[in-house]
Amino acid sequence: MSTAIVGSAAFAEAGDPGAALREAARRARRRRTGLLWLCRVLVPVVVLGSWQWLTEIGVVDKFFFGQPSGVWQSLVDLFTQGTAFGSIWTNLGVTVTEAVYGFLLGMASGIVLGLLLGQNRFLSDVLSPYIKLLNSIPRIILGSIFIVAFGLGTFPKMLLAAVLVFFIVFFNAFQGVREVDPNLVANVKVLGASPMQVARHVTIPSALTWIIASLHTAFGFAIIGALVAEVLGAQHGIGLIITQAQGQFDMDTVFASMLLVGVVTLIAEFVLSLVERRLLSWRPPSRSESQPT
Amino acid sequence: MAETTPNPTGPGTGARIEITGLTKRFLTPKGEPFTAIQDVTFTVQPGEFVAIVGPTGCGKSTTLGQVSGLDRPSAGSVTVGGRPVDGVTAGVSFMFQADALFPWKTVLGNVMIGPSLHGMSKRSAVELARAWLRRVGLAGFEDRYPHQLSGGMRKRVSMAAALINEPRILLMDEPFGALDVQTKAIMQTELLSLWDQLRPSVLFITHDLDEAVALADRVLIMTSGPGTIKRSFAIDLPRPRGEVQEIRHEAHFLELENEIWATLKDEVERAYAQTASAA
Repeated sequence: MSTAIVGSAAFAEAGDPGAALREAARRARRRRTGLLWLCRVLVPVVVLGSWQWLTEIGVVDKFFFGQPSGVWQSLVDLFTQGTAFGSIWTNLGVTVTEAVYGFLLGMASGIVLGLLLGQNRFLSDVLSPYIKLLNSIPRIILGSIFIVAFGLGTFPKMLLAAVLVFFIVFFNAFQGVREVDPNLVANVKVLGASPMQVARHVTIPSALTWIIASLHTAFGFAIIGALVAEVLGAQHGIGLIITQAQGQFDMDTVFASMLLVGVVTLIAEFVLSLVERRLLSWRPPSRSESQPT
Repeated sequence: MAETTPNPTGPGTGARIEITGLTKRFLTPKGEPFTAIQDVTFTVQPGEFVAIVGPTGCGKSTTLGQVSGLDRPSAGSVTVGGRPVDGVTAGVSFMFQADALFPWKTVLGNVMIGPSLHGMSKRSAVELARAWLRRVGLAGFEDRYPHQLSGGMRKRVSMAAALINEPRILLMDEPFGALDVQTKAIMQTELLSLWDQLRPSVLFITHDLDEAVALADRVLIMTSGPGTIKRSFAIDLPRPRGEVQEIRHEAHFLELENEIWATLKDEVERAYAQTASAA
């Protein structure tokens, strides 16, 4: 600490206060980054370490709560020996496919309906009580209905994921249209824009900010929809592995599956961030975005 | 008719605006009727620069809305170039206090929106927009986004976007209200020189009497509650007026300003007393 101050003072005496300032800033940044990563590494070490230790000495029963080393072992088993329902890749592939298709379907319908109702006040007034009603239903229950109606294949899973995604995207698209700057609309109208042109140049680009912001949450919900539907009844998929493991009190496999799904969601998050950066390049960097992630 | 006679003020393309008995009534959110403007009558000659000055909430912006055709009058009529306004008036451009720029479009995209809405091919629109950006001194900033520009630069973009279609009428609603004093003066000078080249008829709303006298051929004083035109002052300062900062110190400028201020003062005080008693 004191050496850093002495060092920067020496720089200042050397005659270039700018360089000294930069040097000090660089040091401060480096120190912060070092501390940051140390603490970041420490968090899982403490959490996983105490979990492992507590189950090892028997304070916590590893039969009910699993154990980090056991989770690792079952992860290795999942990849080397596969599961009762085919290789882990097949199952992961099924779940991801269901989530992605559900996500796309829910997103498309949410955007179209959101834009439509956002622009048409009468239509939205007609439909809003019904949309609120539908939104208040616990939609997870729809999973049971879909499985009975459409069987154990991938379609009902996709449908449940789509329903969960739909409402998130819909409300954001709707709100996005409502938040359009009236000055901008007046401006293009005065310039002679048709309603279609107003939509193309003002409403849709403006709503896009909201829609894209919702997609992060929406993909998480797509995964949840697919998993829950698989838990309710399936022939393949991570959700099936989880119910199976739960039935056998194999907590390590439940945790391992959870970890796998988490990794998938993180990858999707990363891809969505790239898309977002590409589409919203016009936006000023906001405070939250400039934070290191 | 009047619009067929040559424009006496210059070679421009400005349209005559005739406003007769214009009245606009609203329902307030509480459901009470409210008369924003009542029996407003005035004429803007082709190519004339008219400023409307008045206290806050006296219906200045409402009047502009009627001329643009975005809004309907409750009574009275507006004609532009001899044709009554029904629907959005053709050949009008708007400039607001808040810059109505598309944050997701580049500077170039913002300026070329006018011509492309009018069906101009993309290539000629780009060319025209580049020419206009040079004209307002923003060559080299074509690919920036609005948030990367300063307030004055954004105003220049708005100005280029408003003038690129060579409007017959330019409606300005406190366009420089949010700028700092120096930038404001620079933008006013620039507006005058562009107006001189194109000669649209201008309706310019402002709080700033200084600004109104420096820019306009005529200053209209509007009263509040309900808004009507109280008086009209001809500003006989010679044109071209050159630097706006400099004419402010001329004796005749101050004379005119004092004369108008004497009228305006009563209105401002009355309006202030009304809002103060309402609060």
